[in-house]
Amino acid sequence: MKPRSKKPREIIDFIVKLISAVSAFFGIFILILIIYEVAVRGLAAFSFAFFTQLPAPPGMDKGGVANAIVGTFIITLMAAGMGVPIGLMVGIYLVEFARDTKIGELIKFLTNVMIGIPSIIVGLFVYTIMVKPFGQFSGYAGAVALAIIMLPVVARTTQDILMLVPNSLRESAFALGTSQWRVILNIIFRAAKSGLITGVLLAIARVSGETAPLLFTALNSPYWIQTLARPTANLTVLIYNYAVSPFADWQQTAWGASLLIMIAVLFVNILARVILKQKS
Amino acid sequence: MKLWNSRSSLNGSDFVFRLLSAVCALLVIALIVAVFLQLAESSMLAFRQFGFSFLLSQKWNPVTGNFGAASSIYGTLITTLIAMLIAVPLSLVIALFLAELTHPVVSKVVGTCIELLAAIPSIIYGMWGLFVFAPFMSVYIQPWLQAAFPYLPIFKGPKMGIGVLSAGIILAIMILPFITCVIRDVFKMVPAVVKESGYGMGSTTWEVTHKITVRYGLTSIVGACFLGLGRALGETMAVTFVIGNSHRITPSLFNAGSSIASTLANEFAEAADPLHLSSLIALGFVLFIVTFVVQVAARLWLRQMQKSFGGGL
Repeated sequence: MKPRSKKPREIIDFIVKLISAVSAFFGIFILILIIYEVAVRGLAAFSFAFFTQLPAPPGMDKGGVANAIVGTFIITLMAAGMGVPIGLMVGIYLVEFARDTKIGELIKFLTNVMIGIPSIIVGLFVYTIMVKPFGQFSGYAGAVALAIIMLPVVARTTQDILMLVPNSLRESAFALGTSQWRVILNIIFRAAKSGLITGVLLAIARVSGETAPLLFTALNSPYWIQTLARPTANLTVLIYNYAVSPFADWQQTAWGASLLIMIAVLFVNILARVILKQKS
Repeated sequence: MKLWNSRSSLNGSDFVFRLLSAVCALLVIALIVAVFLQLAESSMLAFRQFGFSFLLSQKWNPVTGNFGAASSIYGTLITTLIAMLIAVPLSLVIALFLAELTHPVVSKVVGTCIELLAAIPSIIYGMWGLFVFAPFMSVYIQPWLQAAFPYLPIFKGPKMGIGVLSAGIILAIMILPFITCVIRDVFKMVPAVVKESGYGMGSTTWEVTHKITVRYGLTSIVGACFLGLGRALGETMAVTFVIGNSHRITPSLFNAGSSIASTLANEFAEAADPLHLSSLIALGFVLFIVTFVVQVAARLWLRQMQKSFGGGL
């Protein structure tokens, strides 16, 4: 057999490598450009008042987004309070109780499908069950919407992590006569602790930047939060409302709020990675 | 169907714990069914009023109470198509670069950066699109496209910067990190032995990639693209900022349009008329059905792949 000549193949190889390297740098360049732009424009909006004051009408100085920061914090925390325990239980059920059963497979499948359902649909759903019947947009509805988005994410990561816990650990605990719920909560959860914390943190980071579901549920408000039964201020809807407004100072505030959200999300993500790395 | 695997002895507290976890798990099924029923029920008014023509009519006029989903559905499909056309090839080459070509340390650092970028909320991409990318589009890219392809109807129209094309590009930038991460993981799943035997035969990197790695992971790559597709279809904030929100179907990609999600985000707060509200929820119902089908198809496809290759995503 005549060996094929090496030259054209090497040239093609070189061209492909070049294209792929250039595209990689182009893609990363654009993404870094976005972060840079948000950082520069956002930093210009930061001031003491930005973190401590209520939003000001356009044209007035010294406005802030303090109420929205508090609102996002409370809504996200409430969502985590509902979504995390339920998500953990779903994960436990799938791995510990229903492994290889038909219903377990079905729920596993639906959890994955649910992760991919657009968040705006969840917002619509919560609107029809919590906002329309009461005739009132509310922070509670916002928290429920975010909890529904979190639930499958937490369930999926819990399931992945519990699968990694070796069976010998379960068996030795059972052999000592420990009841199953104690084995799960005291032994398996302890073994999987860092993984579970990482999963929960990533889920929280994910919902804290959500806008679309809050648009139909928590809405927004220019006031301090008195009760969650009324429209509740939050950063993401504030960004949306202010960015599309015609006022330059409101747009600047929107950049500031964007930077704040971006820093928070990146911080939690990096924290989650560090926790996971320390363990392994 | 049994709720759990049987175990001989089950004391009281264990039973309660099992029951609790089973209830939580069944909640997942209940939620999906509830979303379906609620949206279907709330959109009944619109479907009863307009019938099947709701899906085909281009009219969307809150003043006269005439609603049709065609323009929003068209906008959703065309922006998603543009996004996929840009993001998929680009993700493939970036994943190739990360998995095969570069030094492992560079791959790790850049890979982590891309994973972090996938976590950035979509509203940030929307802000950037509206204030930075749209002006850039109107000053540089759109005049250039019109000059380069003067006869193409898709590049005619006002050079405003916002519009269907810009929305598609922003969407592409947004789903790029996500698809790249998944494809990179697929590339890394290909056993080293298989690739090494290719190199052993004297193949170049490119030959090993397109004849062995890509073919080995093709099903997973298609699955990854489907997952990206599902994301792009339902993405709201990144699109709403730049699409321009007009309910007209025009051949030009420079014109403003609307997607299902952007229509919802824009008009929901102002919809006082029950028919308007019901039509909006009907739009959401259509989106739910479409994304649900895409997700189920993607998951079934990936599961099939998992069975035949013994690896998973």
